[in-house]
Amino acid sequence: MNADVLLILVVLTNLRLLGSSRLGACIRTTAAQGILLGLLPLWLHADNFTWHIGMMALGSVVLKGAVFPWLLFRAIREAEVQREVEPFVGYNLSLLVGVAAFGVSFWLSRRLPLPDAASSSLLVPSALFSIMAGLFLIVSRRKAVNQVLGFLVMENGIYTFGVGLVREGSLLVELGVLLDVFVAVFVMGIIIFHISREFDHVDTDRLSSLKD
Amino acid sequence: MILALVIVPMLAGIGAFFVRADGIRRGLLLLAALAHAGMTASAWVAKPAPALGGWLVLDPIGLLFLSITSALFLAAAGYALGYLQREKRAAKTDFEEGFLFSNAPEATFTGCLLLFLAAMTLVTISQHFGVLWVAVEATTLASAPLIYFHRHHRSLEATWKYLLICSVGIALALLGNFFLVVAVPNSDGHATPLVLGSLIQHAPQFHELWLKAAFLFLLVGYGTKMGLAPLHTWLPDAHSESPSVISALLSGALLNCAFVGILRAQQVCAAAGLAAFSQELLLGFGLISMTVAAVFIVGQTDYKRMLAYSSVEHMGILALGVGLGGAATFGAMLHAVNHSLTKAMLFLVAGNILAVYKTKSTTDVRGLLRILPASGALWLMGLFAITGSPPFGPFLSEFTILKAALEQGHGWVAATYLILLAVVFIGMATIMLRMAQGKPHGESATGARTETSMAIAPPALLGVLVLLLGVYVPPALSRLLHDAAQTLGGF
Repeated sequence: MNADVLLILVVLTNLRLLGSSRLGACIRTTAAQGILLGLLPLWLHADNFTWHIGMMALGSVVLKGAVFPWLLFRAIREAEVQREVEPFVGYNLSLLVGVAAFGVSFWLSRRLPLPDAASSSLLVPSALFSIMAGLFLIVSRRKAVNQVLGFLVMENGIYTFGVGLVREGSLLVELGVLLDVFVAVFVMGIIIFHISREFDHVDTDRLSSLKD
Repeated sequence: MILALVIVPMLAGIGAFFVRADGIRRGLLLLAALAHAGMTASAWVAKPAPALGGWLVLDPIGLLFLSITSALFLAAAGYALGYLQREKRAAKTDFEEGFLFSNAPEATFTGCLLLFLAAMTLVTISQHFGVLWVAVEATTLASAPLIYFHRHHRSLEATWKYLLICSVGIALALLGNFFLVVAVPNSDGHATPLVLGSLIQHAPQFHELWLKAAFLFLLVGYGTKMGLAPLHTWLPDAHSESPSVISALLSGALLNCAFVGILRAQQVCAAAGLAAFSQELLLGFGLISMTVAAVFIVGQTDYKRMLAYSSVEHMGILALGVGLGGAATFGAMLHAVNHSLTKAMLFLVAGNILAVYKTKSTTDVRGLLRILPASGALWLMGLFAITGSPPFGPFLSEFTILKAALEQGHGWVAATYLILLAVVFIGMATIMLRMAQGKPHGESATGARTETSMAIAPPALLGVLVLLLGVYVPPALSRLLHDAAQTLGGF
């Protein structure tokens, strides 16, 4: 198995997120995507493996594959959220948008050639696709939990772009980024809990009393 | 020494979560604020040594924004002591809709407030783009619980928007950081670290297309946090729903910290010879922000939202100043100081008004000068200061930017700038003068209230500083502003 297979799997998880109607399935898919991306550096840098790369891989897999799904499942259990995704944009249309975004990602990655050849020609398109899919999930889904998932997918896309280019290898910064994402999801989980207690639901389209 | 600036408030913040006694915790807050201000003041005398292998350095831009943050935090901490005393009751009635709600535990509030200070300090002293990013995201996370201090549905909505919009925005800035890594050539096998100094040194050999993309993403990412229109949508909600003392810090200190992120990117672009490209973008964002703010200020019905939109306007002025370059860069640096002091003062006074009138509606507040003589006077003073009337500080800085625009032959920019300033002046003066004058009505019309010195002294001191800066800019500050402007390619 090489890195391309992992990247194709990441693209497929994105498409599954766009087409899935169950909240639990979305959380599990995002977790799977996190694990795939956590493993990605091990393949990309197989010939020059260092303990630093191993640490980062371990950290991301544990955090994105285990801690985040646990936090989010706890949030929806305590909030007694209905398990339906309830999108603003239907699943079929979401998938079509996803396919279009995938095409745009390929086109963009041709327009912006990396100065140094990337380890895999799929790296940049799949990173851009994850970012776009994440942004689309944030704006097209009603549930607060889905918006957190969208944020995570987008962050995964940026991370994909980053692991392809780790040249500097400053462990401190990467740990800082991971810690920030962790705290962000943690705080968002708490806020989701409060939203459900305050409104009896977690539909963000009803958060609309503040406007001009 | 430079590490202590971050570690002291961080430890105090973590400690505040565990202190049970209110008195001790409030003492800790004030003590940490004083210690931070003391260390910042000593950095003016003797430059602290770099730490972490040159990742944390206090350069002129850093020292300038660190000083603003530290001064505002000290004022806010003093105000917060009185505020927390006032807010101590268990259940409170909402002004607008009449339901009961409670506040977040005071320990959480104080702890997050100090962690917020630590994160903002880290933003100002970090020279490494990665550390800078981590610090800016940390400011978002530390301040979100502060916005949700009053536990009701409106503040919850504001907090959710703030958290999500800013996190997504800042994620884009992270992508900008990676683009910057791509832009750095890697021919000799030695990677250039993302430290400002070495980036500026190697900037002329950078890959131009990727550097442009990096700047764009950093501008959009940190611009979201800074409140540049059209990325400002979280700002009025968060500023109007959070406690006034938090609004003061968000507006006066946090927005500036996000601006530091943009300034760092601008420094690299200027060194790479792409200043024309980046300044044009800043100029555009600046004018759009001023326009959007002017539209929403006129006829605004909520005075805290009005102040929030005024922050959008002034962030636009800062972007415009750096976008024009030359002498306007100095003007923008001076304006950052003036705006922070004035806006913090206005938000603190707004907190006093809100506590007595129990409404944020501009039409229900009348006769401020009779009911709250001291706050009313400060409110009027703030109005003239923030709209750039002489003899206050903002007049000087706004005038410097206008003069530079005319000297550089940007006639239409200068004209638009003047028209927008005039519209904002008319909009704010109409609202704020009406609030100060007239006959008080409703249940607030019970004659003059006594105002505690805790609620008056911090905004009054900030007001005095704004007035002094309008008359006399101390040579030490002027030198620092020039140094900061020079690192941005201006003078």
